[in-house]
Amino acid sequence: MVATADTVRQVEDVTGKEYKYGFSTVLEMDMAPKGLNTDIIRFISAKKEEPEWLLEWRLKAYEQWLTMQDPDWAKVGYPPIDYQDLYYYAAPKNMDDGPKSLDEVDPELLRTYEKLGIPLKEQEILAGVVAVDAVFDSVSVATTYKKELHKHGIVFCSISEAVKDYPDLVRRYLGSVVPFADNYFACLNSAVFTDGSFVYIPKGVRCPMELSTYFRINAQNTGQFERTLIIAEEGSYVSYLEGCTAPQRDENQLHAAVVELVAMDDAEIKYSTVQDWYPGDENGKGGIYNFVTKRGVCRGKRSKISWTQVETGSAITWKYPSCILQGDDSVGEFYSVAITNNAQQADTGTKMIHIGKNTRSTIISKGISAGKADQTYRGLVRIGKRADGARNFTQCDSLLIGDKCGAHTVPYIESKNPTARLEHEATTSKISDDQMFYCQQRGLSAEDAVGLIVNGFCKEVMRELPMEFAVEAQKLIGISLEGSVG
Amino acid sequence: MALIEIKNLHAEVGGKPILKGIDLSIESGEVHAIMGPNGSGKSTLSYVLAGREGYEVTEGSVTFDGADLLEMDADERAVAGIFLAFQYPVELPGVTGMTFLKEAVNARRKAAGEGEIDAMQFLKMVRAKAKALGVTDEMLKRAVNVGFSGGEKKRNEILQMSVLEPKLCVLDETDSGLDIDALKVVSEGVNALRSQGRSMLVITHYQRLLEHIRPDRIHVLAQGKIQKTGGPELAHELEASGYADFAEAAA
Amino acid sequence: MTNDHSNPLMQVSPATPGWLKPLRTAAAARYGQLGLPKLRTEAWKFTNLKVLETLAVKPASSGEAHPDLPAALAELDACRILIVDGKVVDHGTLPDGVEAAGLDADAPDWVRETVGTIASIENHPFTALNTAQFDGGIALRVARGKSVETPIHLVHLSTAGATDEAEISHPRVLVIVEDGAILDLVESHQGTGAYIRNTVTEVSVGADAKLGHYKLQADSREAFHVAMTAVTTKGKSSYDNFALSTGSRLARNEVRGHLGGQHIDYHVNGAYMATGDQHLDTSTFIDHAEPNCTSHELYKGVLLENGHGVFQGKILVRPDAQKTDGYQMNRALLLSPTAEINSKPELEIYADDVKCSHGATVGELEDDQLFYLLARGVPRDRARAILVAAYVDEAIDTIDREPVREAFRAVASEWMTHHVAAVG
Repeated sequence: MVATADTVRQVEDVTGKEYKYGFSTVLEMDMAPKGLNTDIIRFISAKKEEPEWLLEWRLKAYEQWLTMQDPDWAKVGYPPIDYQDLYYYAAPKNMDDGPKSLDEVDPELLRTYEKLGIPLKEQEILAGVVAVDAVFDSVSVATTYKKELHKHGIVFCSISEAVKDYPDLVRRYLGSVVPFADNYFACLNSAVFTDGSFVYIPKGVRCPMELSTYFRINAQNTGQFERTLIIAEEGSYVSYLEGCTAPQRDENQLHAAVVELVAMDDAEIKYSTVQDWYPGDENGKGGIYNFVTKRGVCRGKRSKISWTQVETGSAITWKYPSCILQGDDSVGEFYSVAITNNAQQADTGTKMIHIGKNTRSTIISKGISAGKADQTYRGLVRIGKRADGARNFTQCDSLLIGDKCGAHTVPYIESKNPTARLEHEATTSKISDDQMFYCQQRGLSAEDAVGLIVNGFCKEVMRELPMEFAVEAQKLIGISLEGSVG
Repeated sequence: MALIEIKNLHAEVGGKPILKGIDLSIESGEVHAIMGPNGSGKSTLSYVLAGREGYEVTEGSVTFDGADLLEMDADERAVAGIFLAFQYPVELPGVTGMTFLKEAVNARRKAAGEGEIDAMQFLKMVRAKAKALGVTDEMLKRAVNVGFSGGEKKRNEILQMSVLEPKLCVLDETDSGLDIDALKVVSEGVNALRSQGRSMLVITHYQRLLEHIRPDRIHVLAQGKIQKTGGPELAHELEASGYADFAEAAA
Repeated sequence: MTNDHSNPLMQVSPATPGWLKPLRTAAAARYGQLGLPKLRTEAWKFTNLKVLETLAVKPASSGEAHPDLPAALAELDACRILIVDGKVVDHGTLPDGVEAAGLDADAPDWVRETVGTIASIENHPFTALNTAQFDGGIALRVARGKSVETPIHLVHLSTAGATDEAEISHPRVLVIVEDGAILDLVESHQGTGAYIRNTVTEVSVGADAKLGHYKLQADSREAFHVAMTAVTTKGKSSYDNFALSTGSRLARNEVRGHLGGQHIDYHVNGAYMATGDQHLDTSTFIDHAEPNCTSHELYKGVLLENGHGVFQGKILVRPDAQKTDGYQMNRALLLSPTAEINSKPELEIYADDVKCSHGATVGELEDDQLFYLLARGVPRDRARAILVAAYVDEAIDTIDREPVREAFRAVASEWMTHHVAAVG
């Protein structure tokens, strides 16, 4: 029908989306030479004054990485990456010795974060609601509310600091969930990771505020390899949120992060991501390659790990936040909204590995594809022999906007236990002309109508986000789809 | 000056001519009814006025409140004051009634250069209006029209109409699918909205709705043209004789 | 005979008529390149064929063969064609409107033109192997507009003796249902001893034509069953496929359908029931290339003992295939602590105005249903058998042709009595 074509055109008209965080910051940078070799790894390790064991671990990972190959099974296409043409270390120069307080942070850098809407001055942060760790290219530049958290025995700092201040904890858990040889990008990260956040919640402590990290890639031709490690001891709770932005550049930039979560008996970790890396322009030029390994292990009984993600950015997304449900009665959740527009490609999903008895998992995935974008949900639910009474429910819904995009669903469902119950449902639909007309007849512009309908489509996921970020995420959905419908 | 002035309106859908020269003008505060057999172009007229894509105007003009209506997009017409109560209200999964209404109100405020409406004040206002129409709080929390009965959907349409305060209400077969009790509630809701500054165009196949919503003028639409215009008594004539005469007259 | 380990399962090529030579040569070369699938080949991720790499094989030597059809199927009124180790031994009088031909030097043009055009040798090693090695085979054609009342029943048999070597055969079948014609085709697969039967069936359904295609795989428990059914359908046609798999040690039943016209109604349904160490793999691919088509897929699995079920289903909706209505569902019952299921229902969609959904469930019998039957005095064994039969029935009910449906139901029911009731 005519209306469909018009609708699509309208969406296309709106797509002249301007990336809000596309500015870059001019700072004097301290950079290691381009390229990847053992010298660079030694350089990074020396810069961070790391202990010998960590350097060795990095070198082992590097050696392993040399023998590995790029994964080719994902439904994404990109030219080969020249790993020798990247900088593996970039830090604002006067941070070389690490800022002692926010007063020592380069004011230009603080302004950058202000532009991003992330005030780093503690008094400006909503009264005690959110503590922020900001990572700029290769280093953490500021962590707020440290003292307040310290009172509860909570550690929230950059992983570099944690290596110095809590070496035993880091040594015990680093690589315990994602071993360095796990996959190509995790292995690369293990060799060259530069910074990231570290969280430790002691036994019985309920973290009194949201912990949040903002990642920013600024320098040109720089890979960002952050490493996050969160440990929740028995009976503890933490809600953690990460946000990501990058300047608008014509070259592709690589982001290969690793996140490891460990939840002990009765502990709960809620990990939320609002990912808005620069997606490239409407022709697919530039943008971030977001190749990320995120995995949590519910080590303890009745523990719970919940991943919530709103993914609107990146040229290419390759990411499968996973839960290993080891403890009996542990719970894994994955709530995801992924939006791909223009030339974006995303291959994302989750893995739920049921090992313990009566383990439960829920997967709700909402994928929206517009423009020429291609999106794949790829998920694995595996029920082990011992996982008596395990339960999984999976729902994957795809929404297509226009007839030049693709939406794919590739679930792997494996069960070795007769008492387990698994259910998987998937649907594919579009925004109907009726829905568009109904909204417009009530006075909504085409863009607002799409935003509203898509937010409705994503509702089950959006309500899982911490309140403070739900509004931001909702707006982001609207912005990401600008120029996609009418 | 008439609120809306339709002159020699021709329109087609998918290349097929449906409206073949409609002339109609409605003064501010008047209620007009359009009656006609199935396939006469009643719904097409409502969609053309509301600006639905795919409904192509090939000739004629529509002036609304002094402006050229046909130059406006659907949302601009809505903001300008045209409200269409749908024959088949559309489901919006995940979008609550409250959110939807707020978006619609804010679209109007934005056009008027005003800021967003205060959430608490808005909630109060909607609740009061909803109560009068028998729309429960629970319905407002549910996704728009999802899982609603026929009567609930129509009541919800009238609620939207009442909140958005349009200048011209176009009611497209609002009586379809309603039992007598629901019809009464809906009609009372509509009657309560009758005012000096608001006109209505009630589209219906049957006379029974016009027992409840008494129109000032009745037009008979057949074969894409208005065949006859008269007062409220015309409805009874039609009830007795049917539309056959007009079908023949046009042929 | 010794195996060529660079080309496992490859035997000396049979006599090749001139028209077939180029295709055979290409197929042999392709098989040489592909080799046997490995687990890292995505399409074979869940089916391990390592055992075939070292298995001693020899070409099947067609001995005396007596079909021992399940009673319900033997009673079905049908024209039977007996195919032993891929060679047609006997076919009775064909129904009016059906002609048969061999795939040999005497093959008519319609056979020469079509063989190898529906089942591609490109990405499927077993199809390449079959194409390189088939010996005999049969082609059937239903003339335009002919409605054939009596079903045709292809009775596939293998007769391997008790030897250390598995006998390998490559049955090849071509079925053409011309525009407006109607046919029901039944296939049964049985045999004795250790053998590998690698069947390729090419099916062409013309415009406005209708084909019911029903397969029983009840091969010997020492056998390997590999089957490729490649289907191409034209506008307004209807294709109704059902496969009931109970036999063989390892089976891979693959159905690939190309919907090449508008308003096609395409069904691919089935049930797999494994016990012992059986491994039953069902892989389907539905290619929606044109608008306004409907596809429906329902598979039910019942897994006992160490039974291992695999379901891989993929629906592809190409950019032009607007208004596609696609449904795909795999449900599996695990009835033993050592049974296993791998399920991968997949959607790949490039058109926006479509209605596609898929689902998968895995579980055991509902406790309350079982209890309800027990409370009415039904013994536990029977109660389980009844519930499992009812579970499988939902799939069997999709069979369009009534006498075939009842025959398959009886076969499934027989299996229940033997296996489910006995399990307790």
